[in-house]
Parts: sequence; C-alpha cells; structure tokens
Amino acid sequence: MRLVLIGLAAGFLSALLGVGGGIVIVPLLLLVAHWEMRTASATSLAAIGITATAGVVTYVVHGDVEPVYALLVGMPAAAGAAAGATLQQRLQGRTLSLLFAAVLVAIAVRMLLQ
Amino acid sequence: MTYLLAAALGLAAGVLAGLFGVGGGVLFVPTLTWLGLSQIHAEATSLLAIIPTVLVGVWRQHSYGNVRTRPALVIGIASIGATVAGAAVAVALPEATLRKVFAVFLLLTAAQIAWRNRRSPSAPAEGTDSPQPRP
Repeated sequence: MRLVLIGLAAGFLSALLGVGGGIVIVPLLLLVAHWEMRTASATSLAAIGITATAGVVTYVVHGDVEPVYALLVGMPAAAGAAAGATLQQRLQGRTLSLLFAAVLVAIAVRMLLQ
Repeated sequence: MTYLLAAALGLAAGVLAGLFGVGGGVLFVPTLTWLGLSQIHAEATSLLAIIPTVLVGVWRQHSYGNVRTRPALVIGIASIGATVAGAAVAVALPEATLRKVFAVFLLLTAAQIAWRNRRSPSAPAEGTDSPQPRP
C-alpha cells in the first residue's frame, strides 16, 4: 500500500512540477519506507522505466519525439548507467547517501533560482 | 563539437541514473533544449532516451541483486495513473510556487539524509548498510 502511494506521489508530482519520477521515488523509499540507498535507487530506476515507456507512447502519438536526438544522449547514457551502477557497488552506503543529498541540494537550488 | 558535448552530458546523466536511481531527465532536458529542441520536444525525447538508460542500468543493478521487481512494478504502474491527474491539475495551480515548495522539500530531505549519515563514533549510521528492506 505504501508503495502504491509512493508511485502515485511520483507520477502526480512529476507531471505537476516537470521533475523526474526518481527525484520523488528515491527520497520516499529512503525516508518513508526505510529502504537502503542501493536498493532504493535500483528499484526507482526500474519503476521509472515503466512510467517513461508509457509516457513515450503518448508523445509518439503526438509526434513530439525526436529519435535521433534520443539516441545521441541515450546511448552514452546507457554506458554511463552501467558505469554508475558498478561505481555504486564500490562506494560505501554512507558515502553514496551523502552524495545523493548533495545532488538533491543542487536540484533544489536550481529549482529555486528558475 | 556541440554533439560531442551533448553526448558527454548524456554520459553524465547515465552515471547519475546508475548511482542514484534518477532517470537522467534532469540533464537530458536542458541538453536537448540547448541543441535547439522546444521544451515539449525535449521532454518527449528525454523520455525515449531514458529507456536505454534504464534498461542497461536495471540490467546491471539486477546482477548486483539491488532491484526489487514487484515494488518496482507497483510504483511504476501507480505512477502512470497519477501522471494523468498531475497533468490535469497542473493547469489550474500556481506552478512557480509549487516548485519552490518542492525544492524546500528536497532540501529537507537532503538534510535528513545527511543527519542520518553523520559520523558518530558510538552508533553506526542508520540507513547505510542496514538490513534488507521488507517489501
């Protein structure tokens, strides 16, 4: 039930505020469900995949998707995701959590300045 | 040169995805608008770029035993439904104010994570190498 609420919050806030689902899912899994950082981030990534696929279908119908540009950033990103996951395994849980806190601060500052 | 930089930003977005479980859109969208796409085209294209990122990231994370499949399905599917509601309400609400409220929520979250992971000699930090979650 808690997971359903986290999913609802993620979808609702990402559509409302134009932010990604992960930035909602990971904090909620950490703070509300008390998950560990590695499990929270990996599961969030899988959940985002489902939501993004549904979103892409909607946008393709409207003709808003540029596949060549998606490949241009998406292919290096796929390689980066493999590197990021491997790096994550080597970092201590504490280091990883503090790095994530820094990323949240950076995103928050950008949102406040926009 | 422009495309090389865009690819480098894509790589960085992927590393963020693998490390922190955010999709990468936070870097994809500004990169794509910088390449000349409109906001709506950039957001749509970002969603497509997220798919290979997630596939590779989840494949690696699964091999490390970090992915909880059923919770991911529950969160992902619930999220799809709520997206429609969020988009409908977004038109009627003061978005700028909401974004600031959300930014404050992110700052509080960061503070709480930092607090939990503070260095303390007596007790190990909570939530760092804690037991497996109960789904």
